[in-house]
Amino acid sequence: MSAKPYGLIATFDTTPSVYHAAEQVRDAGYKNWDCITPFPIHGLDKAMGLKRSNVPKFSLCGGLLGFTTGMSLIYYTSAVSYPLVVGGKPYFSPLFAFPVSYELTILFTAFATIGGMFFLNGLPMHYHPVLKSDKILSGMDDKFHIVIESADPKFNLALTKALLEKAGGKDIQELEA
Amino acid sequence: MASHAHTSAAQPAILNEVNPTPFPRATLVENNRSFGWVTDKICGIIEGKTPTWWWVCFVLACCVASFTVAGVTYLVSTGVGVWGHANPVNWAWDIVNFVFWIGIGHAGTLISAILCLLRQKWRTSINRAAEAMTIFAVVCAGIFPVFHVGRVWFAWYLFPIPNSNAIWQNYRSPLEWDVFAVSTYGTVSVLFWYVGLLPDLAVLRDRFFKAGNKVRSFCYGFFALGWRGSNRHWSNYEMAYLILAGISTPLVLSVHTIVSFDFAVSLLPGWHTTIFPPYFVAGAIFSGFGMVLTLMLPLRAIYGMQDLITQYHIDCMCKIVLATGTIVGYAYGMEFFIAWYGANPNEGFAFINRAFGHYAWAYWIMISCNVITPQFFWFKKVRENTALVWILSIFVNVGMWFERFVIIVTSLARDFLPSSWGYYSPSIVEIFTFFGTFGVFSVLFLLFIRFLPVMPMAEIKSVMPQADVHGHDHH
Repeated sequence: MSAKPYGLIATFDTTPSVYHAAEQVRDAGYKNWDCITPFPIHGLDKAMGLKRSNVPKFSLCGGLLGFTTGMSLIYYTSAVSYPLVVGGKPYFSPLFAFPVSYELTILFTAFATIGGMFFLNGLPMHYHPVLKSDKILSGMDDKFHIVIESADPKFNLALTKALLEKAGGKDIQELEA
Repeated sequence: MASHAHTSAAQPAILNEVNPTPFPRATLVENNRSFGWVTDKICGIIEGKTPTWWWVCFVLACCVASFTVAGVTYLVSTGVGVWGHANPVNWAWDIVNFVFWIGIGHAGTLISAILCLLRQKWRTSINRAAEAMTIFAVVCAGIFPVFHVGRVWFAWYLFPIPNSNAIWQNYRSPLEWDVFAVSTYGTVSVLFWYVGLLPDLAVLRDRFFKAGNKVRSFCYGFFALGWRGSNRHWSNYEMAYLILAGISTPLVLSVHTIVSFDFAVSLLPGWHTTIFPPYFVAGAIFSGFGMVLTLMLPLRAIYGMQDLITQYHIDCMCKIVLATGTIVGYAYGMEFFIAWYGANPNEGFAFINRAFGHYAWAYWIMISCNVITPQFFWFKKVRENTALVWILSIFVNVGMWFERFVIIVTSLARDFLPSSWGYYSPSIVEIFTFFGTFGVFSVLFLLFIRFLPVMPMAEIKSVMPQADVHGHDHH
């Protein structure tokens, strides 16, 4: 093992215990740390001091782009590139262009939302110290973990370990980088 | 005066505090199961040996699916004339089957999106399978219009791709809107499903790694994209999931609305009605829930999932079938009323002809299956009899197929000019092609239950009582 570990990982058995431990880590002023949970725990974002997700900004851009794409596609194809009278209707009207633009709004929003989520999460990332740990198996199943990274300015092997112990963490281990 | 003082003392005009009646919350996972039990139960299906019944069903489904392959091959090599279409009925089984399958898909999106927005927690144990059903139903639906164009190798003309004729699609036509609606629907359904699968694929990755199966661990791991349950990830993930639910809701409503525009925007009596969009959407949800029950009840029995799909879940689904079935019944009645009240002789004739003309047999099958069948779900005894619920759900599926048949064929067979009237019967090729799509659907669904988690483990765990951080612990 290298001299400097990636961080410390502590195990918690129940949802309330990891929730209260997260509050303590947050209050201790750590920044580079995370909770590993098998499912999203309601209220844990607040306990970790996380801000509201930025995914909606991506969604909004995607939606606007989709609607504009739909309208301009139909304007260009029906009124510019090959204008053709069909049933005496105008070359372009936002009314008949609406359903397709509406569907494209949704399509682009969906891609932007998912793309934004992956971008913000830094996924795909098939290698990560947490995934290398044996604890990931239970971490995906029924146990909860808190990881504090050694990259955190407040990280101190002894003090951080003490904090996790005080917060109720069990089986505290060093994570290999 | 004294009596007034007395009553106001007993019960003041404005209560200091309003206490809502405490409704008991239904248990979503019975018998106080642990998180670990949920993981073992759902992953166990994939990790266990392939059961014999699975192989039997799979081979059978492949045989049935070969009918579609044969039917479509014959159509492509010969021409669209091998179907029973002729003037005036130029849309028949192909469009009936298209609308039928698309409608079935809608329950999946309803469960995953609309019930998510309405915070109906019971959706969690059925949404994965219902979303899979949606995707496979859209696959089956897509076959029909694509081959109905005749020269299927030109089907890409439906999309705005520059071609040698330099001509573009007609965006004034609802048929072109439908191309965008259905392809968006298929794509967004796949994306939604995949995002939901992500955490569960990560579970399988780690379990197979632990069990020493490196190949399967690699396959699941590849698609899990390195998901590691980080709460910083969950925070973005949940937001993305909520937005996807938010956009899928107007999507699902718009898709069947646009499907109904294919009819409603034409001038044909029996089609040209404003009631079509809501009526089609209600019918789609009705048929979709029928199909969810048809699929989930055997799955529940085979895999012993009574603790995850509880009687409460079945009750909820039956009640939705009842509600939407009643809306559909109301729409049938209202169509007749408007045909009379509108005083248009062609419209009036179209409806009298539906109920009493050459296709009356189809009309009355539709009425019995769609209006009468769901009414049994008023009774708790019926909802608790799983076998009976399953049989009734089959009737719903049959009835909704006939609804589309009645709408499409009876209206076309008797249009404006008696000289062009006709009677449509399907050819054997059409029958084979449609029959085969049940095989296509079953093959895909069987592969799904063999290789992917049939229930979203992460979502089920998050609605269990132990998941509450404020300690409503039931250990």
